[in-house]
Amino acid sequence: MSKHEKEPMFSAKNLKLLTAPLGRNNPITVQVLGICSALAVTVKLKPAIVMALSVTIVVAVSNVVIAAMRKSIPDRIRIIVQLVVIATMVILVDQFLKAFAFDVSKQLSVFVGLIITNCILMGRLEAFAMANKPWPSFIDGLGNGAGYGIILIIVAFFRELLGSGTIYGYPVISKAGIYNTGYENNGMMILPPMALILLGLIIWYQRSKDKSLIENK
Amino acid sequence: MKEFSNRYIFIFSAVMVIAVATLLSLAATLLQPRQLKNLEIEKKNSMLESIGVESSAKNTEALYEKYITESFVINTKGEKIEGIDVFNIVQKVEQKKPIDQQYLPVFGATSDNGEHIIIIPVEGKGLWGPIFGYVSLKKDMNTIYGVTFDHKGETPGLGAEINTPAFESMFPGKTIYQDGKFVSVTVHKGGADKSDIHGVDAISGGTITSKGLEKMLQDCIVKYNDYLLKNRN
Repeated sequence: MSKHEKEPMFSAKNLKLLTAPLGRNNPITVQVLGICSALAVTVKLKPAIVMALSVTIVVAVSNVVIAAMRKSIPDRIRIIVQLVVIATMVILVDQFLKAFAFDVSKQLSVFVGLIITNCILMGRLEAFAMANKPWPSFIDGLGNGAGYGIILIIVAFFRELLGSGTIYGYPVISKAGIYNTGYENNGMMILPPMALILLGLIIWYQRSKDKSLIENK
Repeated sequence: MKEFSNRYIFIFSAVMVIAVATLLSLAATLLQPRQLKNLEIEKKNSMLESIGVESSAKNTEALYEKYITESFVINTKGEKIEGIDVFNIVQKVEQKKPIDQQYLPVFGATSDNGEHIIIIPVEGKGLWGPIFGYVSLKKDMNTIYGVTFDHKGETPGLGAEINTPAFESMFPGKTIYQDGKFVSVTVHKGGADKSDIHGVDAISGGTITSKGLEKMLQDCIVKYNDYLLKNRN
């Protein structure tokens, strides 16, 4: 019962699944999903990176599971099934981290739980995995996780640099001696509103570069 | 989309729930010993950190044996109570008991230069959940030797900063008594005065966590008051 793949593993179509979420179909800046966690975990780079990785893993694996079961999932309870799959994944990831990577699990603390409520996961399962084969779904999950992660990292980079004067915990501003010129960290940067403003700036920049993203009134 | 019968939907849900439940309980049961071990190491690690000893997951046990020389339980009158497992006392449970029935753990340590230090566990509330840590005192039972704090889920970059060296390093050398009266250590928004021997800077953007930490120190250490006064030298 061996099934031959009709298209190559990395066909142009599959590669597009990987790259589109990084730019024109970004889950945060274009689909406007997962904003909550983008505000919550971007004060420092480290939690932002760990969160980005965890979401990528969970969305890719859940996508595969749902895609594999898509033909046997009754339409009427599909949302519940999707949620059960996501929640199970997240709890498993959490349990394994606690047992084998205790430091990382401490870093993530409450954010592991937050992954369950991330709209990107439900969005991808419902929009993609329910209608596609496991392999494209896996790529789609990776792409969307990366698209989510890249925005998180950009926002966290600026918030950490301007708010705390460090990059990944390394005190760049004080090492460069900029404090001596009277420069001070911007306390506003470490509060959530500034994350929203930064996110707005990124969306603005992206739309000014790519006019096709602007909706016609 | 194919139509599924109600019967199929019921069976599908039942099978799914049983499969998921089995998977999760298996994972939880199989991984539990490792997780508990991690928590124990973490606890020993924090204690060592509060007396300025760096340890990694591998050498924590050995260093703990080396530095932590005694452990015992006292009550709020400062009298020792025998026959209680000190290491496994749960602070949260103790704090709910009437004050005169609470068990207060004390850990004694000896530093590299032979100095005797005592370590007191503290636990309180932050913004989102519990915060906890260890405070170690020099043998005058007044000067702070070192502290370590941790939290369950404070906001990264804000309240979570309580477990960073930048915050913890403000504590050593501060004193908790003023003319024989317990005053604890207070946190000051906007920065404590340099000459203030009982005050440290609060965390910007982490006011509620900072205040919670101040209350935790006040509430937990004051219970040791009688013991500290009796044993100071």
